[in-house]
Amino acid sequence: MTIPVDQILIQTLNGIVTGMILALVASGLTLIFGIMDVVNFAHGELFMLGAYVGTTTMVMSGNFWLSLVVATMTIALLGAAIQVTTLRPLLGRDPLTTILATFGISLVLQNYALWQYGPVPRKILEPFTGHFNFFYLEYPWYRLVIALLSAAIITALYLFLKFGTYGVWIRATTQDRIMAAAMGIPVPAVHTIVFAIGSGMAAASGVLFGPLIGVNHAMGLDWVLKAFIVVVVGGMGNLGGSILASIFVSLLEAYASLVVSPAQAVIVSFVALILTLLFRPTGLFVPTPK
Amino acid sequence: MSATPARTAPLVAVEGIHTYYGKSHILHGVSLEVKTGEVVGLLGRNGVGKSTTLKTIMGLVHPTEGVIQLEGRPITRLPAYRLAKLGIGYVPEDRRIFRLLTVMENLRTGLDRHGVAESRKRELLDKVFQYFPVLAERRNQAGGTLSGGEQQMLAIARAMMLEPKIILLDEPTEGLMPRMVSQIREIVGALHAEGVAILLVEQNVPLTLEASQRVYIMEKGVVRHHAPASDLRHDDAVIHQYLGV
Repeated sequence: MTIPVDQILIQTLNGIVTGMILALVASGLTLIFGIMDVVNFAHGELFMLGAYVGTTTMVMSGNFWLSLVVATMTIALLGAAIQVTTLRPLLGRDPLTTILATFGISLVLQNYALWQYGPVPRKILEPFTGHFNFFYLEYPWYRLVIALLSAAIITALYLFLKFGTYGVWIRATTQDRIMAAAMGIPVPAVHTIVFAIGSGMAAASGVLFGPLIGVNHAMGLDWVLKAFIVVVVGGMGNLGGSILASIFVSLLEAYASLVVSPAQAVIVSFVALILTLLFRPTGLFVPTPK
Repeated sequence: MSATPARTAPLVAVEGIHTYYGKSHILHGVSLEVKTGEVVGLLGRNGVGKSTTLKTIMGLVHPTEGVIQLEGRPITRLPAYRLAKLGIGYVPEDRRIFRLLTVMENLRTGLDRHGVAESRKRELLDKVFQYFPVLAERRNQAGGTLSGGEQQMLAIARAMMLEPKIILLDEPTEGLMPRMVSQIREIVGALHAEGVAILLVEQNVPLTLEASQRVYIMEKGVVRHHAPASDLRHDDAVIHQYLGV
């Protein structure tokens, strides 16, 4: 069975676009895990609530970009509040405790969304329509913009971590939180800020991806699962790895959905996860530890 | 608890500290003090609780009983980052430099504090690069690529960035070549000359006796002996009894 080249090209683009959104979600997740050893099962709900705040702001203002900013800020604050009230007291306890806590938070947030917004999916309108020419094909502009914007946000994060003053604090705390505290770095505040950044990034992904799928209270579930796969395949706590893994896994799925139905294409992600755990458990893109 | 007037209070006073690691009772009522600008040695065999004492003072582990005071004010259960800001510097036994940060970034973790003028930061950097020229050479190298001796220097330099009133030094000469050991001795002397107090935990008895004004000797989680360092230079019996040297 031959697959037409133009379908392969389109799926490559789709894979990259989805991969960049996934990278945005996964970066926040891996950042949070890397610094405070918290496996944030509520991350998908932050994505979902970001999309909902986006829809509400869109309805009120009609401005997509404003909605993006408002959603990111709002959910960043929500994330900070969740971390301070629920996760900060649990620091240093058994990892299972935080997994259960974040899982509980995810249930609360999902049901809140269901209660607040109802079961009917909502739609965010794309800020612009129209296609551009990719070789001899047409591809939606908006999808390209999502990919570029995600790349820009991730690059900004990277630059902040590498060169900003607080970036050094975050990296020091990630490597050795005890010694960071002994150096006067306010570790509890750093944890809260990182959780807020991760939450904001998840929310931004929700708004950016919102126009492509329906916004409903369960939309986080698919994404958090994929994000976890990507974080493991890329190496837990490894920012660069999770970005590469996001694109890798998304491309695999995109190509697979040429051959099987999209619902079945998800299987390749799980295969990638299992193979990684079996043969390169520290991550596919992480050099084997010395 | 007696009220000591701030002027005559020791810089750091530790009274009756009991510290546990889980169920292990490590410190059984440790009391000691360090006066402003003093170098005080803390000797003892492995496992008697010397490092734990430093960690307790630094707030990295909290005592179940007892009081710690800084300049007469109780600091007993404050978190470590508050204590670093109040003027306690810590150089741990395993150095614990940030391996993935550069030398410069390691120093910045102590340098980038609020309320410090840029000119003061440059002064501090210049001073530390004078003491440790090799750190200036390697300033953009990742901490993990430094040799053991260089990492020890970085750990001390990093603590100096906090402009601390007292530095808790945990076995700084462990595993170092003799040339580096004498460099550490010089640094301790230079810090003392600047008025920085030092609580020095060491296995190297001659160095400790030479660098310190007073010495405590610990055994099994308590302080057993306390004397001016000059007394102990000649008193080999005590050293032999508690340290088996």
